Amino acid sequence: MRLLRRSIILSAMCLAAFPVWAAAQDASGADAMFAVNNTWMMVATFLVFIMHLGFATLESGLTQSKNTVNILFKNTGIVAIGLLTYAIVGFNLMYPGEFSIGGFFGFAGFGIGTDAAGLTAEYSEGYTYWTDFLFQGMFAATAATIVSGAVAERVKLNSFLIFSTLYVALIYPWAGSWKWGGGWLDAMGFYDFAGSTLVHSVGGWAALAGVIVLGPRLGKYVNGEIRPILGHNLPLATIGMFMLWLGWFGFNGGSVLSADPGAVSFVLVTTCLAAAAGVIGAMLTTWTIHKHPDFSMVLNGALAGLVGITAGADAVSVLSSVIIGVAAGIIVVFSVEIIDRARLDDPVGAISVHLVCGIWGTLAVGIFSADHSFVTQLIGVLAYGAVSFPSAFLIFFILKATIGLRVTEEEERRGLDLSEHNMEAYPDYTIFTAR
Amino acid sequence: MKLVIAYVQPDRLHHVKQALTEVEVNRMSVTNALGCGQQRGFTETYRGSEFEVRLIKKVRFEIAVNDNFLERTKEAIIKGARTGNFGDGVIFVVDLGECLRIRTGEQGTPAIG
Repeated sequence: MRLLRRSIILSAMCLAAFPVWAAAQDASGADAMFAVNNTWMMVATFLVFIMHLGFATLESGLTQSKNTVNILFKNTGIVAIGLLTYAIVGFNLMYPGEFSIGGFFGFAGFGIGTDAAGLTAEYSEGYTYWTDFLFQGMFAATAATIVSGAVAERVKLNSFLIFSTLYVALIYPWAGSWKWGGGWLDAMGFYDFAGSTLVHSVGGWAALAGVIVLGPRLGKYVNGEIRPILGHNLPLATIGMFMLWLGWFGFNGGSVLSADPGAVSFVLVTTCLAAAAGVIGAMLTTWTIHKHPDFSMVLNGALAGLVGITAGADAVSVLSSVIIGVAAGIIVVFSVEIIDRARLDDPVGAISVHLVCGIWGTLAVGIFSADHSFVTQLIGVLAYGAVSFPSAFLIFFILKATIGLRVTEEEERRGLDLSEHNMEAYPDYTIFTAR
Repeated sequence: MKLVIAYVQPDRLHHVKQALTEVEVNRMSVTNALGCGQQRGFTETYRGSEFEVRLIKKVRFEIAVNDNFLERTKEAIIKGARTGNFGDGVIFVVDLGECLRIRTGEQGTPAIG
């Protein structure tokens, strides 16, 4: 039986390798390289895609079970909205080709499509037009999903979906064009390898805006003290963190935009070392200041390290990546507490992980890489803050003033699963909380 | 007929059940419960903030007994659950008005077994 299974697996592997092998046989070296590059970019696309499951499980684990359906629903909806809007308008906003207003705004038209050249190395040596679209499309959705954790457990579903649609369709790609689309920040020398600023801080600023406009969950801040609202499933949260780390292999590895063995393998090393360092940094910090090491902080620490290295995974040394990761791990623990003490309720630490450590990672490129200037990095950070925060704040504010941004007290107490979806996540058993 | 309700520490569940089996009390129901008596509670931390947990996990036994089984039942529970520490639990003995077996319709003392 085992022999049969092994021979089936072997044959399947040979069959899967055949197209690449065939391409390598009857094509020139360049064609073969293009096929390999594109294949890797597609795999990277799959990895970034699975990060959405990571977000969904992480957020579910760190929030209450009475809101789990709502969390899962939002995370699923955002992927769909992100991909579709990216096809309709986002991709061509982010990569306009030509800028109509001096490196600041450009739009290549609605819809996606390409000619025969788009399927070959003529378009790019690293990927076809379609791979380019899909890989970048997966990134767009991750920026939007960062917000869903911060506003969890009290935001209205329809308002949130409206916000996400506007933000991921318009703000994210337009701001992203300034650097990755070849806009004014790119011309200035600003550097963001895989999106500490363009993805994480853009999402983080919106998370901050949402938390401010929305207000804290009921019962979180009472009589001047912070009453923790416990996550209902730490194993789920752990699955989420590891899935996000796994996805980061594609997030950073794919941002090399080719399968260049040296570049990709190096980037994966800096990425993983930063994540590991983030775990240790957070672990030591929480162990010291809380007497007992808080595991949810360690989860945040890994992600903080990953966000921190995302701006410069290919531009800094191995030692620097460890330092960046440790620093991110330390920063995130303090940041979570500071933000909590400021009465800004962020159930999953999204602001600390993505905004604060996204800024750290971006500035770190200026500190640890001789080829990049700290001042330019700072300008980029501020520019993205100047567009992300006000636009998100405005959208949230208008939603609050018109259809309302927050559920009623009664709905929040009952749980969004029943109030917004009329269903339960765990109908077979209820998990009690005692306070 | 009496209903014996006992709240014990969760990790004494096995010992109590063992002790009850030894005196041939095999019919019971067990549920999770939260409670506190003289035990005050303890503090936990979550993401940097401390909070008090005042309701503590317990396990609740409900055992319907005929009067001639009452003493051995109480003694068995105490034997299994006592550790000498605060939080060992309590036993309530309540008069049982009626008892019916669903499968056969038996009533009263035979229904308790």
